[in-house]
Amino acid sequence: MILLYIILIPVLGALLSWLTAARNTALCRWIALCSLLLDLGIVTAIWLGNGAAENGWLYHLQAPWIPQFGISLHLAMDGLSLVMLALTFFLGALAVLISWREITTKTGFFHFNLLFVITGIAGVFLTMDLFLFYFFWEVMLIPMYFLIGIWGHERREYAAYKFFIFTQAGGLLMLLSILALYFVHASNTGVYTFNYFELLNTPMERTLAMWLMLGFLVAFLVKLPAVPFHTWLPDAHTEAPTAGSVVLAGLLLKTGAYGILRFVLPLFPAASQEFAPWAMLLGVAGILYGGQLAFAQPDFKRLIAYTSVSHMGFVLLGAFAFNELAYQGVVMQMITHGISTGALFMLAGVLYERIHTRELSRMGGLWPVLPGMGTVTMIFVMASLGLPGLGNFIAEFLVLLGSWQANRLLTVLAALGLVVATVYSLRIMQKVFFGQTERQYTLPDLGLREWLIMAPLVLVILWLGVYPQPVLKTVTPNTENESVKQKAESKKPTAGNLFAPNSFQHKKQPL
Amino acid sequence: MLYLIPALPFFSALLLILGWRTFSRTTVSVIGCGSIGISALITLAQGWQFLQSGHDSMVQHLWTWVQSGSFNAGMDLRLDALSLAFVFVITFVGFLIHVYSTGYMADDADYGRFFACMNLFVGAMLMLVLADNLLLLYLGWEGVGLCSYLLIGFWYKDPANGYAARKAFIVTRVGDTAMAIALFMLFQYTGSLQISSILEKAPGMWTTGHATVVLIAFLLLGGAVGKSAQLPLQTWLPDAMAGPTPVSALIHAATMVTAGVYLVARTNVLFDLAPAAQTAVAVVGAATLLLAGCSALVQKDIKRVLAYSTISQIGYMFLALGVGAWSAAIFHFVTHAFFKALLFMGAGAVIVALHHEQDMFKMGGLRKSLPGVFRVFLIGSASLAALPFITSGFYSKDQIVWLAWSSAKGHTAYWVIALAGAFLTAMYTFRMVFLTFYGSYRGHAAPHTPGSSMMIPLYILAFLSTVAGFVELPHTLGHVTLFSDFLQPILPAVQMLQESTALEWTSQLLAAGLTFLGIYIAWVWVIQQPDGMRRFAEMPFMQWLRGFWYKGWAFDELYNELLVRPFVRTARLNRRDLVDKVYTTLARVTEWCHDALARTQSGLLRWYIMGVLIGAVLILSVLIWRIYI
Repeated sequence: MILLYIILIPVLGALLSWLTAARNTALCRWIALCSLLLDLGIVTAIWLGNGAAENGWLYHLQAPWIPQFGISLHLAMDGLSLVMLALTFFLGALAVLISWREITTKTGFFHFNLLFVITGIAGVFLTMDLFLFYFFWEVMLIPMYFLIGIWGHERREYAAYKFFIFTQAGGLLMLLSILALYFVHASNTGVYTFNYFELLNTPMERTLAMWLMLGFLVAFLVKLPAVPFHTWLPDAHTEAPTAGSVVLAGLLLKTGAYGILRFVLPLFPAASQEFAPWAMLLGVAGILYGGQLAFAQPDFKRLIAYTSVSHMGFVLLGAFAFNELAYQGVVMQMITHGISTGALFMLAGVLYERIHTRELSRMGGLWPVLPGMGTVTMIFVMASLGLPGLGNFIAEFLVLLGSWQANRLLTVLAALGLVVATVYSLRIMQKVFFGQTERQYTLPDLGLREWLIMAPLVLVILWLGVYPQPVLKTVTPNTENESVKQKAESKKPTAGNLFAPNSFQHKKQPL
Repeated sequence: MLYLIPALPFFSALLLILGWRTFSRTTVSVIGCGSIGISALITLAQGWQFLQSGHDSMVQHLWTWVQSGSFNAGMDLRLDALSLAFVFVITFVGFLIHVYSTGYMADDADYGRFFACMNLFVGAMLMLVLADNLLLLYLGWEGVGLCSYLLIGFWYKDPANGYAARKAFIVTRVGDTAMAIALFMLFQYTGSLQISSILEKAPGMWTTGHATVVLIAFLLLGGAVGKSAQLPLQTWLPDAMAGPTPVSALIHAATMVTAGVYLVARTNVLFDLAPAAQTAVAVVGAATLLLAGCSALVQKDIKRVLAYSTISQIGYMFLALGVGAWSAAIFHFVTHAFFKALLFMGAGAVIVALHHEQDMFKMGGLRKSLPGVFRVFLIGSASLAALPFITSGFYSKDQIVWLAWSSAKGHTAYWVIALAGAFLTAMYTFRMVFLTFYGSYRGHAAPHTPGSSMMIPLYILAFLSTVAGFVELPHTLGHVTLFSDFLQPILPAVQMLQESTALEWTSQLLAAGLTFLGIYIAWVWVIQQPDGMRRFAEMPFMQWLRGFWYKGWAFDELYNELLVRPFVRTARLNRRDLVDKVYTTLARVTEWCHDALARTQSGLLRWYIMGVLIGAVLILSVLIWRIYI
């Protein structure tokens, strides 16, 4: 039941904060914050309680929903879901905090939407029924559309439309694939079901598997985003309010990565294997192309947005490298990118509140005015360029170390991305904080609330950099058995259910 | 105790970052210098304990850092003779530089930030040399890059400084990437990144000259040339002069640029297995020492002379590494650390005395107004120029010159280049000395004597620059081998091709003679015949050559044209993202179709009737066509 609570708490929080907002906006903010902190507490307690070494499925809940069609309310949590949920509620709570002053219109509806996006994301990370998955996938979409469209910057409507159309188009392809898989499975076995575990290992003709895999993959590539499906992202990230950008970059993109790890690879192992070089190529293209575009941007938020394209390229590269190193690197990258980019967007938002511009050319020389903020920005800029000692380094290093075993040329090209990352990251510091100002700003440095947001982010990124073991242990691929080890050692891993989770019948826990 | 050596600087850096705006200057000085000082003392204690123990190395496991699958890298520190030599230099010279900085930076508004970055720098460098595995070494390696960026761009208001800082970070990062790939390969083949285990497994895994190990060694060399500012990645170092002078002293003497030397020496087994790569090390070193020596000859800025001289001296170290004279390279590193720190801080004292004037042509005659600085600077210069018998630089450099020829991997060409380099070194060093301290004063600002916090470190370094050489004396002069014996367990002894005392004497006398010749030419050039030299220098070809050397053999232009410009240009062109055009075009076509179709809904009845008629005719024609024809 605890899984249901995790999903229902933000729903309840969303409704309550909408209702109270008319009378008391402060209360509305507090309700939103507390519901997310409560969820964060629950997830942390689970994490601590189960020990980091626990593999397999921690919790599992299945109740019939529409039994005629084989649809059930089917939730389950393993290490991967656990860390993703922790990230979700952590960033979610900070997103509420960062909007404390920024959002003053329609506060109740804003928090309703924010919490609903987070509900959708939590649902995506927990559900093991493909129909329900599609449902949560769409639940994320609409409130996000409102967040961008109502509280965004100047070109918010354009950006919101673009975001919606891109994601929706990808989602529809996924729906087609889900339905096809549903019928293929039924024609094989006579059982109509959307149950993830039963659909695993569905025998399929090679071409069909490839097409269905591509259907899923495109939806996730759009969300990730991978070149060439990335163009919604800079607009959406730039135009969204700060909390929107944080949730988009920190969490929404991760659902794409999660989808690849959870669905594409296990459901279609052979087809993914076959497609892997192309997927890795797209990843490398994203790393380099996104990096160069980031360097060229004149707009602070847009620059950060393109860095996401670059960093998510590592996710794609690692996911299709088919080994444990790369897999853990990918999960680390999802978390650390969420934190570092989330932090950078918050800093951009904090700066925007002070100087009311995102133009890099109108900044510069802010270091003496905002030394505290400069220091924090420096830390996250360094994280973004992959400095050892900060979490992102562990992620990128593991991804590259893993992908090296799979494809050397692409890994070398991806490693060049580290140089490109240095180029665009240092540009941020130079343009914003160093050099001379044209205008003499007198601005307040980070306030107490802003320090309360930044301090946990800094601590977490440092913690992940010097002691990432708790996360790495938690997300050890579920089939930690002989076949994995053999494959990790053999130079060219063959197709297999490396990422297929254990059938949980064996490890099923009483609820 | 071992962990305290890097932990203290890190901790004090953290403390200073948190409190640099609230602490008083005294507090900052105490924390900043104190932490390094205590580290240095712990190094002494630890080093003593280590030497007493008789073990080859001692390892301290702190915690498991990254463990994934079969990959395992711990926060493990390892102390052995090689790292002890480095730690000793880093903490002691680092401490002296910190003390000096309290005087040099006394008036700077960002006093706290400066010491925070300096401490971080020392901490990162200590991590680098104490790391037990290559991943941890990489942490220190990149940390050093970060600190160089922070400190070179310390005076951030001038965009030029920011540019120099970014250049340093980015150029070294190119090398770092090569090194990262080397790590991937090492892990792939040896299944570990632990240095000792790699070095143990390597000889059994690869035969000498095996393509894999050669490639790995080359990639490691790529990392080394980046950090150590050797060809072809040397361009960042001259610009790194943008930072405050103590930073230059730290970068050039105690940290950063010697990292590459450390890496090659540390992985000496791999380079032994890869003769092609080791030859490349020697060639890179030889080429760099000549190129940088020529560039140093024509600089105007006193710090740039020293910068090019560092590149050139590191070139000597690479040459030594390349001919398998491992301990000679490390010996030169130690003596170089002393005299280069001394020279930089001496130059800093001059610069401060002249109110931040760095152009040597606006100095002159300072030996009278700054006698203390003059004396120590002269000692440092003598050591750099390798003045025979009384300077440490002589003993360390002389060893390299001799071994470049006589070792099994040596070559006459190396020897000739090393001798030419010695000649150049003497010439540019004393050109600098004469321009700065002799002749008449050409500046305007009245020089003021530096305080004791700046002078005392200089005296100590002057002492060390002189006596440090006596721990290793050649066959011809006493034959003391304290230093190479000390390194023996880690670094194999050099294999000699010819051991002839007569030849060694010849080489030494030749080197000494060339040094004196260089000093004499500098004397003629600057003091005796400046007009004649000027006429010579103004000949068209010489003028071109001078300009060419002045800008460091035009490497900057080359890289700008080849790499920077194309990248920036394509980035600018594609600022609006070409891929997006595809989608916006799609949207526009859809819109256009929509408009076109919307136009047919005009509300005019005759148009509708017309449409119906045309449609009916078309359908009927098709039907008739299908049925009858």
